[in-house]
Amino acid sequence: MKSSHLLSAADLDRDDALRILDTAEELLSVAQRPIKKLPTLRGRTVVNLFFEDSTRTRISFEAAAKRLSADVINFSAKGSSVSKGESLKDTALTLQAMGADAVVIRHPASGAPHRLATSRWMSGAVVNAGDGMHEHPTQALLDAFTMCRHLGDLEGKSITIVGDVLHSRVARSNALLLHTLGADVTLVAPPTLLPVGVETWPVAHSYDLDANLEKADAVMMLRVQRERMNASYFPSAREYSRRFGLDTARMNRMPEHAIVMHPGPMNRGMEITADVADSPRSVIVEQVTNGVAVRMAVLYLLLGGAADADSPEGNA
Amino acid sequence: MSERERVSTFILRNVRPLGGDAVDIAVTDGVITEIGEGLSGDEIVDGGGHLVLPGLVDLHTHLREPGREDAETVRTGSQAAALGGFTCVHAMANTDPVADTAGVVEQVYRLGVEHGYCDVQPVGAVTVGLAGERLAELGAMATSAAGVRVFSDDGKCVSDAVLMRRALEYVKAFDGVIAQHAQEPRLTEGAQMNEGPLSGELGLTGWPAVAEEAIIARDVLLAEHVGSRLHVCHLSTRGSVEIVRWAKSRGIDVTAEVTPHHLLLTDDLVRSYDPIYKVNPPLRSADDVAAVREGLADGTIDIVATDHAPHPMEDKECEWNVAAFGMLGLETALSVVQQTMVDTGAIGWDRVAEAMSAAPARIGRVSGHGRPLAVGEPANLVVYDPTARRTVEPAASASLSRNTPYAGLELPGRVVATFLRGRPTVLGGTLSPEGVLS
Repeated sequence: MKSSHLLSAADLDRDDALRILDTAEELLSVAQRPIKKLPTLRGRTVVNLFFEDSTRTRISFEAAAKRLSADVINFSAKGSSVSKGESLKDTALTLQAMGADAVVIRHPASGAPHRLATSRWMSGAVVNAGDGMHEHPTQALLDAFTMCRHLGDLEGKSITIVGDVLHSRVARSNALLLHTLGADVTLVAPPTLLPVGVETWPVAHSYDLDANLEKADAVMMLRVQRERMNASYFPSAREYSRRFGLDTARMNRMPEHAIVMHPGPMNRGMEITADVADSPRSVIVEQVTNGVAVRMAVLYLLLGGAADADSPEGNA
Repeated sequence: MSERERVSTFILRNVRPLGGDAVDIAVTDGVITEIGEGLSGDEIVDGGGHLVLPGLVDLHTHLREPGREDAETVRTGSQAAALGGFTCVHAMANTDPVADTAGVVEQVYRLGVEHGYCDVQPVGAVTVGLAGERLAELGAMATSAAGVRVFSDDGKCVSDAVLMRRALEYVKAFDGVIAQHAQEPRLTEGAQMNEGPLSGELGLTGWPAVAEEAIIARDVLLAEHVGSRLHVCHLSTRGSVEIVRWAKSRGIDVTAEVTPHHLLLTDDLVRSYDPIYKVNPPLRSADDVAAVREGLADGTIDIVATDHAPHPMEDKECEWNVAAFGMLGLETALSVVQQTMVDTGAIGWDRVAEAMSAAPARIGRVSGHGRPLAVGEPANLVVYDPTARRTVEPAASASLSRNTPYAGLELPGRVVATFLRGRPTVLGGTLSPEGVLS
C-alpha cells in the first residue's frame, strides 16, 4: 500500500483497493482450515484502541490480528485512564513506549485517527476502525469484498445506499471506495439526512427509495437511530420506515441477483424488516465473516508483510 | 536603550507618517509637540525611515484574567499587544468571574494601569454571567472607574430578541454600544467548522453561515427600530458583509469588525484536523475571505479586531471535537493586514490607521487613542518596518499561550517601536523591561 496508515477510503487508489481485496480473498481460505493461523505477524504488536463501545468491530480486528499471529492488546477507554481524562496524546505516548506496531482506533471524534497518525506522538501504523461521523474504511472494504464475491467486478454496478448518510461513517467510506472501484453509487435519504455539499460527492443522491430499487445490484441499508426523530430529522419512526425502510414488497422489486446488505447493528422494524434481514438475499452474516479476512489483509499489507513476499503465505 | 528611562522629551527621527514623506516627531510629556524636518533635541530615537502609525486599538481581546491565568494574564496579554503595535486593547468579558459587575471591570482596568504596557479598556458583559437571561448592571460598569462603553457577551450570542432590544435601548443612556457575537445557538449546536462540502466530507458538525447572518439581520433591524448603536463582532461570511452594507445604506448605526485570521485563512486548513485552526466563528471559504477583504476595503467593515484568544497547549493538543475555539492574534495582526490588504493593493496605510486605530477608538469611545498624527495629540505611536520579513515562532510570543495558526509562516513587517503616551513599551523590536512603565 502506498500509505503507511489507513485513515480514509480516499487513501486507497484502485490498485491499493484491489490488492487488499485480492489478499483478503487468499486469506479467506485460512478461515476454512482446521488451524486458522498464519505466522506472518509473529512478534508484532497490534493494539486495539477503542474509545467507543463496538464489540463487533473489536473482535473482528482481534481475530484478524491473532490469525496472523500478532500479539494483540485490547485497550478500551472504559475503565482505563482515558475515562479519567487522560489525553489522546498521553495514550499515544504510552502506546509508543510499549512498542505498538499498529494501532487500530475507534473513536467518537471525527479525525482522531488522523491526529494519531500525523501528530508524531507515535510511529506505528494507524488503522481507522471508525471515527465519529467521518469514516470507517475497513467496513467499506469488507462491503466491497462481499459485493465482489456476489456480483463480480464492481465496474458499472449500481449500488444503492439508504438511510442516515449525514451521520454515517460507513456511507462516507463506501461512497469513496465504491467510486474508486468504478461502481455507480446512489445515496437515498430524506433531505435532512444528507450532508450539505453531497452534490459535490462523486455519487448520485435521491430522496426516493422506490425509484432506486429496480436498477440496484446491491442495496445497503444504514442503521437509523430512532432518537433522530427527536431532533426533527424525520417526523416519526413509522414514517421513516414507510418511506425508507426495506420490506419484502420493496425487496421483490429488486433484480433477482441483487443482494441486501447492512453494516449492523440492525434496527429490525426500522430500516429493515426481519423478513428481509433473514432472507436468502441478505448477505449480512457473510459481511461479518468477510470482515475478518479484509482486516487480516489490511494489517498484513500495512505491517510490511508484503515487503517479505508477495503472497501472505510466502514466508509461512 | 537609555531612552527608556528618560522619555519625557525626545525626537522620533526619520519616520514616515502613514507611509508618507519622512519627518521628525518631537514628543514632550507624552504629547506630540512638533512635526517637521531636521528637529533637534537632546534625546533622539532613530525611526530608521520606517512607517509610523497611530498606536493600534483592539476592540476584541481576550486577556483571560481573572480566572484563566494559565492561558493569559493582563500583564502578558498587554505585553503581546505592545509587541503587536497596540496602545489600547478592549478586554472581553468572558473571564471567571465574568466581567458583569463594576468590581470586576475595575479590577481588570487597574491591572492594565499597573503593568503599563497598553491601556486596557474592559468590555462589560451584556447579561449576568453571560447567561443570556437578564441584563448585567450596565450602568454601574459605565460609571465605574473603568468607564465601560462596550458591552458584549462575546463567546455567546445575545440570542433572545427581547433582551437584545432592551440592551440596545438601555446603553443609549451612556453612549454605550452592544458588540454582538452573532451566532444563532440552535443552528450551531455542536458546531465544529464552517458548514459546507468539507464539513460533510470530514464528518464535523457544520457551523452554517446563516447562523451568523440571521442574527446580524435581526440585530440591524432592531438597532434601526430603537435607534441604537450596534457593533458586529468578527463577521466572517459574504452574506454578513452584504447585510451590513445594506444596513449602512439605510443609515442604520452599525459598525462591523473582521479578524486577521478571517482575512487570511480558509476552512481547507481543517483537513489537517489540527485544532490550531479551530476558531469561532470558524474559518470560512475562499469566497468568504474575498468578501470580507472587499468589505474592509470599501468601508462596509469598519475595523480589524484580533479576537486574540489564548488557550493552554492541552486544550489544543487533542481531538478536534474537544479542543477549545480560538487563536492568538495580537502580535501578528498588523502583518496579516499588510499581507492581505496592503501588499495586495486593496487599501493604503491611511486606511489601516483608520481600521486599526481611529475607528475602533471611536466605536469604543476611548479618548486619547486613534488620534491623528498631529501636534497636540497624545504620542501613541507605532513604528513599523513593512519591508522586514519574519517567520512566526510561537515560542517567541509574549503571550502565555502558543496557539498561533501562523507558526512557521513567513509574514511581512515588523513592529520596531510602540509608544504609549510617549513612553516606549517596545523599542528595537523588544519589550521594555517590567517596572519602567508603570
